[in-house]
Amino acid sequence: MREELLKIIERNSRIDLKELAVILGVEEIDVVNELQALEDDGIICGYHTMIDWEKTSIEKVSALIEVRVTPQRGQGFDNIAERIYKYPEVTSVYLISGGYDLLVTLEGKSLKEISGFVSDKLSTLESVLSTATHFILKKYKDHGTILTKKYEDTREKVSP
Amino acid sequence: MKDMLSKQAVGLKPSGIRKFFDIVSEMDDAISLGVGEPDFDTPWHIRDEGIYSLEKGRTFYTSNSGLMELRQEICNYIKRKQGVDYDPQHEVLITVGGSEAIDIGLRAVVNPGDEVLIPQPSFVSYEPCAIMAGAVPVIIELKAENEFRLTAKELEDAITEKTKILILPFPNNPTGAIMERKDLEEIAEVIRKHDILVMSDEIYAELTYKEKHVSIIEMEGMRERTILINGFSKAYAMTGWRLGYACGPREILEQMTKLHQFAIMCAPTTSQYAAVEALRNGDDDVREMCMAYNQRRRYLMNAFREMKLSCFEPFGAFYVFPCIKEFGMTSEEFAERFLAEEKVAVVPGTAFGDCGEGYLRISYAYSMDNLKLAIGKLAEFVDRLRQQK
Repeated sequence: MREELLKIIERNSRIDLKELAVILGVEEIDVVNELQALEDDGIICGYHTMIDWEKTSIEKVSALIEVRVTPQRGQGFDNIAERIYKYPEVTSVYLISGGYDLLVTLEGKSLKEISGFVSDKLSTLESVLSTATHFILKKYKDHGTILTKKYEDTREKVSP
Repeated sequence: MKDMLSKQAVGLKPSGIRKFFDIVSEMDDAISLGVGEPDFDTPWHIRDEGIYSLEKGRTFYTSNSGLMELRQEICNYIKRKQGVDYDPQHEVLITVGGSEAIDIGLRAVVNPGDEVLIPQPSFVSYEPCAIMAGAVPVIIELKAENEFRLTAKELEDAITEKTKILILPFPNNPTGAIMERKDLEEIAEVIRKHDILVMSDEIYAELTYKEKHVSIIEMEGMRERTILINGFSKAYAMTGWRLGYACGPREILEQMTKLHQFAIMCAPTTSQYAAVEALRNGDDDVREMCMAYNQRRRYLMNAFREMKLSCFEPFGAFYVFPCIKEFGMTSEEFAERFLAEEKVAVVPGTAFGDCGEGYLRISYAYSMDNLKLAIGKLAEFVDRLRQQK
């Protein structure tokens, strides 16, 4: 049940317990226990809401920043990653294979705010060698959800 | 012109679905639970392969039997799933949907007056195809108390000296019934005893929710007397690609290939290339879709329990077949009133044979949101009917 449960709530964390139990074919108490176990084990780390900020009047800018760093002896990339992820405007930090080391995603109110962060805070960190900032112009799909188009049922209404 | 039309064609009853379709299509805002096809799009990698084949200019006929590559993949698939071998050269034919295979399969084996056993409720095409092949359709009425499975006794009772072939439509549209290994073993014995053929329509084979699908071809002595029909529509959500196949003994396949050659030439080339990709890399897609169907199936069964609507638990396809006999209406009356009063379309069980009277086919090839909305309306409708009684 674990994998199926995770797949369902990854898409819809607001689904109620009773419905979860029904569609998984188990008792409600089993769902409650499993969710608790998943939370305790840190497998479920949070319940977020997907928001397409584009459609609101609130100004938001996001960027992906490629960061090349010098790993530290005994620490690898963990220390520098931590220094970066502690900034609240940083929404994610990934260690990446390939041409650069860390992929940092960032949200800010304006281009200026983001470029300010990169030049004042990120680039000045001792172990950061270089950064390349890419601003996101449009989100087509995020977290497996297509943002630009709604599903439309174009099938014939009745068929054998 | 006098006598312009074929008496046989004119004599065929129009599909019960068609009639209902006409009513529903006049209502713009109707919610439908009436479709017999997946709500998922064909997985993108499969579509992409179709597009790629067009880009590469693969726009010509394939061989009559279909791309060798695809036939080989089909044989690998059946070996993987059922542990049975077929020769891709002589024992596989790619058809235009499972439907074509039903038609030419029957025409390849029956002679005038032969009887074709058709368990009902079942897919709408078997009976007319049998008639057009010159055979006499003999209906076996499946029963709710047997969970709409075909029993050895029912089969035995229907067999006469003229019986040529049994159509075995499981997992079943419209009931969602499946046949498990022991059920198949029992009927295989009867089939062997009376030396008849089987056409096993396993188009919903990938969509079972109890145990893995078991095919009649796995039973002793059955492979050599069975036309196995399957296709890509339901498992891979590829209905519009019109691609199915038949496997069976070489003698039968030779005749089917001949009929196919004269009527069709070959199945659509683009679809065949896409289908190769489906069989090679589509297992995960099937598993995901199957999981989603199963969740919806459980949701519906629970909803019926809550509204105290009697329904046996189906373990295959994507249909449930609740019983509405308590309301003292025919299936058609119920479906028409439900549509008129709540604007929800379901298909009366009688569209799949007279013995579907008293039942409705409800498809769960819909999003959960859509199902919830429609089931909410069904609950209200059922409540109202009970109060009126």
